[in-house]
Amino acid sequence: MPLLEVRNLQVRVEENEILHGLSLAVNKGEVHAIMGPNGSGKSTLSHVIAGKPGYEVTGGEILFNGEDLLAMAPDERSAKGVFLAFQYPVEIPGVATMTFLRTALNAQRKARGESEFSTPDFLKKVRSVAASLNIPQDMLRRGVNVGFSGGEKKRNEILQMALFEPSLCILDEMDSGLDIDALRVAADGVNALRSPDRAMVVITHYQRLLNYIVPDFVHVMSKGRVVKSGDKELALELEASGYTQFEDAA
Amino acid sequence: MNVVLAKTETGRALSDIFAIARDRLPGAGKIADARQQAFEAYERVGLPHRRIEDWKYTDLRVLMREVLPLAPAPDAAALKRAGTALKLHAIKGERRLVLVDGVFAPKLSEAADLEKGLSIRTLREMLEAGDTALREQLFAPDNSNSMVALNSAMMSDGLVIEVAEGAALTQPLHIVHIASGAQPAAMFTRSLLKLGRTAAATLVESYISADGAKAYQVHDSLVVSIGDRARLDHVRLVEDGREAFNISSAVVTLGARAHLNTFGMTSGSSASRYQAVITFAGEGSQVETNGVNLLNGRQHADTTLFLDHAVPNCASREIFRAVVDDRGHSVFQGRIIVRPQAQKTDAKMMTRALLLSDEAEADNKPELEIFADDVTCGHGAATGALDQSLLFYLRARGLSEKEAQALLIQAFVGEAIESIADDALRELAISAAHRWLAARG
Repeated sequence: MPLLEVRNLQVRVEENEILHGLSLAVNKGEVHAIMGPNGSGKSTLSHVIAGKPGYEVTGGEILFNGEDLLAMAPDERSAKGVFLAFQYPVEIPGVATMTFLRTALNAQRKARGESEFSTPDFLKKVRSVAASLNIPQDMLRRGVNVGFSGGEKKRNEILQMALFEPSLCILDEMDSGLDIDALRVAADGVNALRSPDRAMVVITHYQRLLNYIVPDFVHVMSKGRVVKSGDKELALELEASGYTQFEDAA
Repeated sequence: MNVVLAKTETGRALSDIFAIARDRLPGAGKIADARQQAFEAYERVGLPHRRIEDWKYTDLRVLMREVLPLAPAPDAAALKRAGTALKLHAIKGERRLVLVDGVFAPKLSEAADLEKGLSIRTLREMLEAGDTALREQLFAPDNSNSMVALNSAMMSDGLVIEVAEGAALTQPLHIVHIASGAQPAAMFTRSLLKLGRTAAATLVESYISADGAKAYQVHDSLVVSIGDRARLDHVRLVEDGREAFNISSAVVTLGARAHLNTFGMTSGSSASRYQAVITFAGEGSQVETNGVNLLNGRQHADTTLFLDHAVPNCASREIFRAVVDDRGHSVFQGRIIVRPQAQKTDAKMMTRALLLSDEAEADNKPELEIFADDVTCGHGAATGALDQSLLFYLRARGLSEKEAQALLIQAFVGEAIESIADDALRELAISAAHRWLAARG
């Protein structure tokens, strides 16, 4: 059974149908890249998997470990192991990053019937993960993402990914707004989390990110569908030829 | 027609209560005369209602549906219930002064072994003694506000605290008002705090109830004078029972180069109003007055502040936050007056409300009256809902809807709570906010 199985998904936002029967299967241990032009529905797919309000699923289903993901609240999905690294992580003034991380981790553990982390254990864990991502302690004391640079915000997403240990990571345009050095740090963080028990879906507009996070499979989306799938060579092909061919085909 | 009659009935019933109680209230002679005058001042206006501008959003003819009899002195059982309720509200190292059903409870209090420079007496004994100088201070609050007048007429007990020149108290003074819940009753209290030159003190006021207390009415007032270069840190937490009614007034006067840091939070009671008049009487003084309302169900809470910049070179800061859920109603009225001679005044006020339901209501009324030309004054008011994108982010990280809301609510009120200078007092306010959040489920 695939970890994530999207079957013939149809999604509307208000009057517009964004996804027109999208299908995708992701197994544990695999890294899938989803590429496509602006407006092809890449971010919509990630939002629907995470449970963001405002999307109406009019057809199809999403199974996670065989369970109906669409029937779950966003926090249930998170506790089950779904993690969305946001394209634009929000700033939450007044909520210290440490407080947020601890509240979130313990909420997920509680939902799974696991015991909460003790303060020393939690601090130890956060500090070691933060150090590996070059996240200074000072950042953890500040409000969530408040005053963080683009690179720091993305690193904070990866910090959470490392801390929560999800089984499915969806990285939505992780490369947007990052310079090449910041991108490398973020990609190293992601690569360190690759594991046979974990799958990743990397959503990106550009092939560049895939030089750093090398995918097992590449899917091209256009107009709300997957129009072509292949291995990492497909990404290079796209870099050379562009998306125009698929827009015509779709 | 019936409705109108019913409303005025409340006012009439108060008159009857005064007629019955007047001979039993402490103080004779000039005290009794002052009570009579105050009562007449009350009767000229009656219960404030929405056509009085200052009470536009808090119409007592609607909110105060009944008049409760004066609370009897607490018996042993009432004191026991009060003692149990106290435990949750203790502050480390505090000097506790407890009023149970509006009557000073020596056994629950620590009014003996006072540190040097501190004097504590009860209002009852001061009224009975009839000291002339003190009488003027006790009756100083302006009777043109009819609820202040009613309190002046009916006050029966409270604390009279003096901190001598130069004394810096090490223990926070904690006045706890507890309703024992013996029976539905009204209590009228007034306390006085006088800080001599360069003195320093911390005053906490808590309004709570014993388990099972139902309807009761708190009518309290506080008269504070802060001497030159003296400092007062003040926190008041209204955690009254959900059927309680609380009307409290404060009158604060600051000398020169004095400092007041005051914070008020209302998370309890059914209907409440806190009205404070803070007057700068000496130059170079500073006031931070901040507050929070946390309301749900059908709670109504009104905070009305009046800052009087009567002299030059003073600074005031007001931060107010309201969180309103269900059919709650929060009112914040902040009036700043800068008198013609009060040049170099620096006054700022910022009020924000967070509405958690479609039926919640928050009325913010900032008013600046500036008669001097060389001043820095500003105010802002904003009302909004919780940011959906923040809520989704938190939920995507595993927080339930209530947990996500709770975190954002704490962040929202945080700026006001952070203004409390003292760590222990800040913790006290945070734990009161947590109790409100926990009760939401």
